[in-house]
Amino acid sequence: MKTLAAELQSGAVLIADGAWGTALNRRGIEPGMCPEAWNLDRPGDIRAIGEAYLAAGAQVITSNTFGGSPFKLRMYRLDQRTGQINRAGAAIARDIAGPDRHVLGSMGPSGQLLLQGDVTEDSLYAAFREQGTALEEGGADAALIETMSCLDEARIAIAAVRDNTSMEIVCTFTYNALPDGSHRTMMGVTPAEMAAMAVEAGAHIIGVNCSLGPREMVPVVKALREAAPTTPILAAPNAGAPVRQDNGADMFPETPEGMAEAVPELAAAGANIIGGCCGTDERHIRAMADALGQTTAGNT
Amino acid sequence: MADILEQLAICIESGKVNADATYPPSMKGQDGAAELTASALQQGIPPKDILAKALIAGMSRIGQKFSDHKAFVPDLLMSAKAMSAAMEHLKPYFESGEAQHLGTFVIGTVQGDMHDIGKNLVGMVVEGGGWKVVDLGVDVPPEDFVAAIGKHPGCVVGLSALLTTTMASMDMTVKRIKEASPDTFVMVGGAPLTSGFAAKIGADAYEPDPQHALNRLSAMGA
Repeated sequence: MKTLAAELQSGAVLIADGAWGTALNRRGIEPGMCPEAWNLDRPGDIRAIGEAYLAAGAQVITSNTFGGSPFKLRMYRLDQRTGQINRAGAAIARDIAGPDRHVLGSMGPSGQLLLQGDVTEDSLYAAFREQGTALEEGGADAALIETMSCLDEARIAIAAVRDNTSMEIVCTFTYNALPDGSHRTMMGVTPAEMAAMAVEAGAHIIGVNCSLGPREMVPVVKALREAAPTTPILAAPNAGAPVRQDNGADMFPETPEGMAEAVPELAAAGANIIGGCCGTDERHIRAMADALGQTTAGNT
Repeated sequence: MADILEQLAICIESGKVNADATYPPSMKGQDGAAELTASALQQGIPPKDILAKALIAGMSRIGQKFSDHKAFVPDLLMSAKAMSAAMEHLKPYFESGEAQHLGTFVIGTVQGDMHDIGKNLVGMVVEGGGWKVVDLGVDVPPEDFVAAIGKHPGCVVGLSALLTTTMASMDMTVKRIKEASPDTFVMVGGAPLTSGFAAKIGADAYEPDPQHALNRLSAMGA
């Protein structure tokens, strides 16, 4: 199999999958339950979520291992099973993706702040190494170090994957829009700072996910493209920000059509892989895949 | 006296913990919050003045910058570190009653939610504003909030949630608190929340960031 970055060299744009947390909620996960434990306890549900995304047109699939850091699993007293949980998550994704599609092994933030002395650089490195090697063993061919906000933590995660696995490395940060129109992570990191760090540390693909809706994400993609002209970019917006309904349910306001409309804009800004984060489901991904098909058809 | 208090406020605002601290690089080698607090006490400046005119003033400046998106989480963390280095020297005066907290703020992340960064930031800024902060941690059952209210009569409660999935848990927590103690003021915050949501679940206030939370507490005049 070609690497993702090599596939994207031709200028192709790929569609990735949508939200996992949102899909797990629909399948009855309760607050206080560990979403990644479902890789072992309810593999049928995890498989069904991934299959729905593939059927909708996703060409790249993510493993259900966002919170698979031993620091996160420790809160559920599952840190002793880090390897097993991450291996199982990657194996399910590989099994449904088949040998020819890319499986991104999701690695979210540790939830620990280096600056505050919550954790040392060494123990953070060891945690990402443990998760990364298990994802590779399970069948992931790329690591998706995602929803990051801190340069140091992301740099350590990239190093841990780079030094200990042969997976390709994708690294995405999450940005907030500031009143002056610029974007920063909660730690104050700009898109340009992130791009410089990630490329230097060895990421093959960089990007942005979560927090922002599809149109709001366009300027961040532009800023990343400007900072890293030749590095492929992944963009995974939320379906807007959740709104509470009168019946007590929370709804993400962005429709599949709304997400789809933003696909050409994201691609034009420089995105090479476009997927969905919180609030998106297979309907959004299907509409986005259709929109991309039309965009590509229009270009040729 | 004004000079040393202003210098101390600058240390708090800039996150200069003590003389050995290398952060911020521009203040390397200078005295930090710890040394200046000790000297201010030696000079006979009343602890309550040190607290109000230097520590709270400095925290309020960084809190405002954070609120205005001109400072970020690392800046706030360093300021909080400087603040607690200063508070170490003032602790005996709080214990003797010579200095007093403005009120008690009980804070926690609601049941089912394990996220603590936002909650901790609010706790730091509120503490830096002169309040006693009782931190119940993460994944806190409603009964624990009710018990803490019993232990700290007149306290204000702050609830945190990061996940869209735990907003329902916050709803339930507010209801349990209001059943047990209708007069307790409940403030909520967290990334997915809005003031509309807060009103719907019967919370008394929603605040978007730590400084707004502190401003709200100050405005209550507790």
